[in-house]
Amino acid sequence: MIMPENDWLPAVFLGLMALSFLVYAILDGYDLGVGVLLPLDTNEHNYQTQRDTMIYSIGPFWDANETWLVMAIGLLLIAFPSAHSIILQTLYLPTSLMLVGLILRGISFDFRTKAPSKNKTKWDFTFKAGSLLATLSQGYMLGRYVTGFEDTLFGYSFSMLASICVTAGYCFIGAAWLVMRTEGELQIKAAAWAKKCNLLMAIGIFAVCVTNLTFNQAIMDKWLTFPQILIMVPITVLFACLFGTVHLYLTKVPMKNDVGCWYPFFCATLIFILCFIGLAYSFYPYIVWQKITIWEAASARNSLMFIFVGAVIVLPTIIAYTIFSYRVFWGKTTKLNY
Amino acid sequence: MLDIAADPNELSFMLSRIQFALNISFHILFPTINIALCWMLLFFKVRFNQTQDETWQRIYRFWVRIFALTFAIGVVTGIAMSFQFGTNWPGYMETVGNVAGPLLGYEVLTAFFLEASFLSIMLFGSERVSARVHTIATLLVAIGTTMSAFWIIALDSWMQTPQGYEMIDGVAYVTSWTEVIFNPSMPYRVTHMLLASGLTAAFFVAGISAYRIYQGDNKSSAKVALKFAMAVAAITIPIQIFVGDLHGLNTLKHQPAKIAAMEGAWQTEKGLPLLLFAIPDEKARENHVEIAIPNLASLILTHDINGEVKGLNEFIGEHPPVAPVFFSFRIMIAVGLLMLLASWLGCYFFIYKKQFPTWLLKSTIVMTFSGWVATIAGWYVTEIGRQPYLVSGLLRTRDAVTDTPPENIMITLTIYAIVYAFVLFAYISTLFVMAHRAINLEQKELTLSDMQNEKLLEDPNNASTGSAL
Repeated sequence: MIMPENDWLPAVFLGLMALSFLVYAILDGYDLGVGVLLPLDTNEHNYQTQRDTMIYSIGPFWDANETWLVMAIGLLLIAFPSAHSIILQTLYLPTSLMLVGLILRGISFDFRTKAPSKNKTKWDFTFKAGSLLATLSQGYMLGRYVTGFEDTLFGYSFSMLASICVTAGYCFIGAAWLVMRTEGELQIKAAAWAKKCNLLMAIGIFAVCVTNLTFNQAIMDKWLTFPQILIMVPITVLFACLFGTVHLYLTKVPMKNDVGCWYPFFCATLIFILCFIGLAYSFYPYIVWQKITIWEAASARNSLMFIFVGAVIVLPTIIAYTIFSYRVFWGKTTKLNY
Repeated sequence: MLDIAADPNELSFMLSRIQFALNISFHILFPTINIALCWMLLFFKVRFNQTQDETWQRIYRFWVRIFALTFAIGVVTGIAMSFQFGTNWPGYMETVGNVAGPLLGYEVLTAFFLEASFLSIMLFGSERVSARVHTIATLLVAIGTTMSAFWIIALDSWMQTPQGYEMIDGVAYVTSWTEVIFNPSMPYRVTHMLLASGLTAAFFVAGISAYRIYQGDNKSSAKVALKFAMAVAAITIPIQIFVGDLHGLNTLKHQPAKIAAMEGAWQTEKGLPLLLFAIPDEKARENHVEIAIPNLASLILTHDINGEVKGLNEFIGEHPPVAPVFFSFRIMIAVGLLMLLASWLGCYFFIYKKQFPTWLLKSTIVMTFSGWVATIAGWYVTEIGRQPYLVSGLLRTRDAVTDTPPENIMITLTIYAIVYAFVLFAYISTLFVMAHRAINLEQKELTLSDMQNEKLLEDPNNASTGSAL
């Protein structure tokens, strides 16, 4: 039973799922990034305090952030079960590696403050390794997905590239988060990290755009024809502006009175949103690139409706208490006490 | 085994089953503690609000940290679980996705976000929000964990006793959501599991508190927690035995093959004996070394001493592997009876006589993880008991498996096994490290919150009682 193409429900679910993935990339993105950036030199006494502050800054949020991944995968599973099983079976190994990374990272959060203190550094290391494993796998999966799971040298090299770029992107938003949430030496350090990652991410995004536009006929047709091509100009200018101003700002950290400490995080969020919209536009209406459209993969209407009603009621509540939680823990990071 | 090795599909099937069993068995350990522990924390919190007695505050502070640790492991292993459906059992979602998807969706929407968001306020927010908001946050986390249990068990029960759907072209379509959610076995299974969580948490709290007292902790917090947990266990266990019996009767009605396997009954019999022990032999289709009480199984199951119970031979090719179901069931019952004994003795000595005899403290320590054993055994009875079906009568487990090459599953299975063994070891040893910190902590120092930085509290040379570590 394939749904007719004018049915709005699959499109709504695609939208909800895309939104969840985007929110996940931004929210868990910054806490994964902070994890990857943890400084590990055990001889440097200062680093333990810095690691503590970094982890305190994400402590109250990581769990809810990660729930967006369950939500996104859940929506894929609920709304497009056949696509769900194709994607996850094809990405069997990277998915499992990502899960192991998330497990190691999640448990380290708690073990580091509860296990014997002599083991704390080891748990910090596990935390960093887990975060890195998760970001690399996610990038790799994104690369495989974007290339339509192409079993070619090009497909795999592209995925490797995506793996590094996504990690750089997460590190960038993580460092931007730290610029916003910390002060003093750590903030200056975070600004330096952000600058490097910003550059790496810019190169990455550029590479992905060029590859997609030159090697992929269907995507090329979507972007490089009139009138769509006109939008390329403002987008390019916007990107250049974002990357340029954020770079400039980061060289000036710390500003007097910490003016605009939110700016890098704001730019990072905007860049994530733009990239995401770009990808989404390129692939619509395919859920598995050039194989399955959202209407072919959609679940029964009755089932979608049942969950849709729930989502309409519950999602605003979730957003409300997420905002409440962020307000409770807002401001520069302090120690987390039970 | 040879035919399995020869057929990569068969090997993938076996490995996927082992991997799923490993993942779900490991995952369930942590929610089983936390569902009830969270309600207990709420109780401690409310008691403190009412009495302003610092003992309750101490108990809360000690257990909320263990709750946090347990929660984190539960969350991340749960995420791994949620991916298994797609990676290893694609046929499941393709066939019954219209039923399972929304139920899982509601679990995420109504439970996961609620728990995850308010958990941070519950854990770290006590200095940032009012006492009232903090208590509400604790309540919401407790509601979240229980809701989560409700949805997932509603789905599991539907897989056991499916209704409210129709099959079109090999795919299930829902005809009534009420029938799907309130399927016949759901109320029994949800209640049975929530009580199991209560017992698991009670013995867990009792065991670690007993360990603290045994190691010389004289503070009122350890004793009050021990008495509280024992009382909870003593009240819960008879209810659990009663509900378990009802659940069994429900299973007899809807899944007679599972009951036959639990009882080790091959032939349909009037006046079926209760087997205390036996070795079921599936090839010969008979039992060896039976120790039996005549007619008792019929009495329990049909409430008639000569009642007829269907045997496994009525369900050839359609019944589960007998031995694992048979033994798991007996392990669960045995642990349940031990719990009854331990909790009533505990109440008699700890609460009524106000004595803490060493032998009973030791037995309570031994029982710390008894809830885990019973819970896992119970789940094995019900899940293995559903085989060879994934969804009773609708989808065979064999037909849902992935065609991922067995090598890949072997790799991931190995990694999971190593990681889980490591996490379990770290978890249990950290529990005892935390207990030692609590033993050595001064009663009145409530401001001392990040206990880990107090090196002296965990250093065996400084601590008079820390030698066990």
